[in-house]
Amino acid sequence: MALDFTFMDKYWEMFLQGAWITLQLSFFGVLLGTLLGIGLALMKISKNVVLKAVSSTYIELIRGTPMLVQVFIIYFGLVPLGLELSKFEAGVAALTINSAAYMAEVFRAGINAIDKGQAEAARSLGMTHGMTLRHIILPQAFRNMLPAIGNEFIIIIKDSSLVSTIGAAEIMYAARTVQGAAFKPLEPLLVAAAMYFVITFTLSKLLGVLERRLQKK
Amino acid sequence: MIKVSGLRKSYGKNEILKGINTVIEKGEVVVVIGPSGSGKSTFLRCLNRLEEPSGGEIWFEDSLITGRQADLNLIRQKMGMVFQQFNLFPHMSVMENLTLAPRKLKKLSKEQAEKTALELLRSVGLEDKAAAYPDSLSGGQKQRIAIARALAMQPNMMLFDEPTSALDPEMVGEVLDVMKRLAQNGMTMVIVTHEMGFAREVGDRLIFMDGGVIVEEGNPRAVFENPQHQRTKDFLSKVL
Repeated sequence: MALDFTFMDKYWEMFLQGAWITLQLSFFGVLLGTLLGIGLALMKISKNVVLKAVSSTYIELIRGTPMLVQVFIIYFGLVPLGLELSKFEAGVAALTINSAAYMAEVFRAGINAIDKGQAEAARSLGMTHGMTLRHIILPQAFRNMLPAIGNEFIIIIKDSSLVSTIGAAEIMYAARTVQGAAFKPLEPLLVAAAMYFVITFTLSKLLGVLERRLQKK
Repeated sequence: MIKVSGLRKSYGKNEILKGINTVIEKGEVVVVIGPSGSGKSTFLRCLNRLEEPSGGEIWFEDSLITGRQADLNLIRQKMGMVFQQFNLFPHMSVMENLTLAPRKLKKLSKEQAEKTALELLRSVGLEDKAAAYPDSLSGGQKQRIAIARALAMQPNMMLFDEPTSALDPEMVGEVLDVMKRLAQNGMTMVIVTHEMGFAREVGDRLIFMDGGVIVEEGNPRAVFENPQHQRTKDFLSKVL
């Protein structure tokens, strides 16, 4: 069987636009998911029982249900409640909500791994809880967590393909459109796979550079 | 300067401190000794409320540390603390370790904070290490930096929690020398230690703790040479 990629002459632009949407979905998903994840992690390690319970429940619920179901609930399920999101917004929301649960666990583990003496030293100098987190705990935790965070970023990028199911025109959506239009079952998927790989591989290399830089200190 | 009355601390049913009463005067060097598990470190850590007391009162310079309204962060700025495990910030250079708190809390400019830091580093004999990171330092150097870091906040008193217990024997002297000079310059100090020679030489007062209470206290020489209580005698016979 010979592979035939001549359809790319006609459809390359569609793939390129898809890649751009995928990058945007991933960017916002990673950014917002990280922020929400830090918040959830801080809630879970706080002494406040209510915050703890809210965070734990959130994490268990989100981790315990498929992302595809979450995407559908956010895009279709919230309409009766008057919350009508665009496909892109729903995609970002789903990625954020989902990745935050995993990020929270990564951050919690990272923060807990920092020696208790670090916080004690900072507090004994008179630093507030917030300053201690910001200047002492989080910078050290972040360095240790970088591989796990990178892993999570890559998962978010790949999971963004699920958003094609609600019609957001990202890479996977482009591939399926081209499959039908060009009567090619395999090749458009190979193109899509290659594009995802290029994105994740580039990110993985960039994170590797960042990691080495931080280790040098 | 510090007045402790009826200080108690328990973890669940395990009572670590069973009512500690003592007064520490300005400029006094108080050395706390006792077997492990006697509660001496817990006592020290209650003084700046790194441990939350279960009962009793601690007054520091006319403010009730154990009160609900106490501004703990402000009080802690005035009480430096040095830990057994140094607890330097490994992601920061020595200079950053010394200047972070003064800059953030006392709002000193970078130049002011670094000037003070350099003077302190000189006083502990490590001015050439300003740009180094903690990982590259020996234990004795780390502890001297940790003392300088606490002093950078210009505290009115210093707490030492077994400052030489994690050091290789050949490095104990350099840290004790720094502490001795600090004592000679009139710093109020509370030191939990196993260094009996140091306690005898530098301490103004010795506190012997066992089983969560102060068993005996007094002039270090007097206590070492003529302990009044059997428990003190037993302990000293093992460590001297």
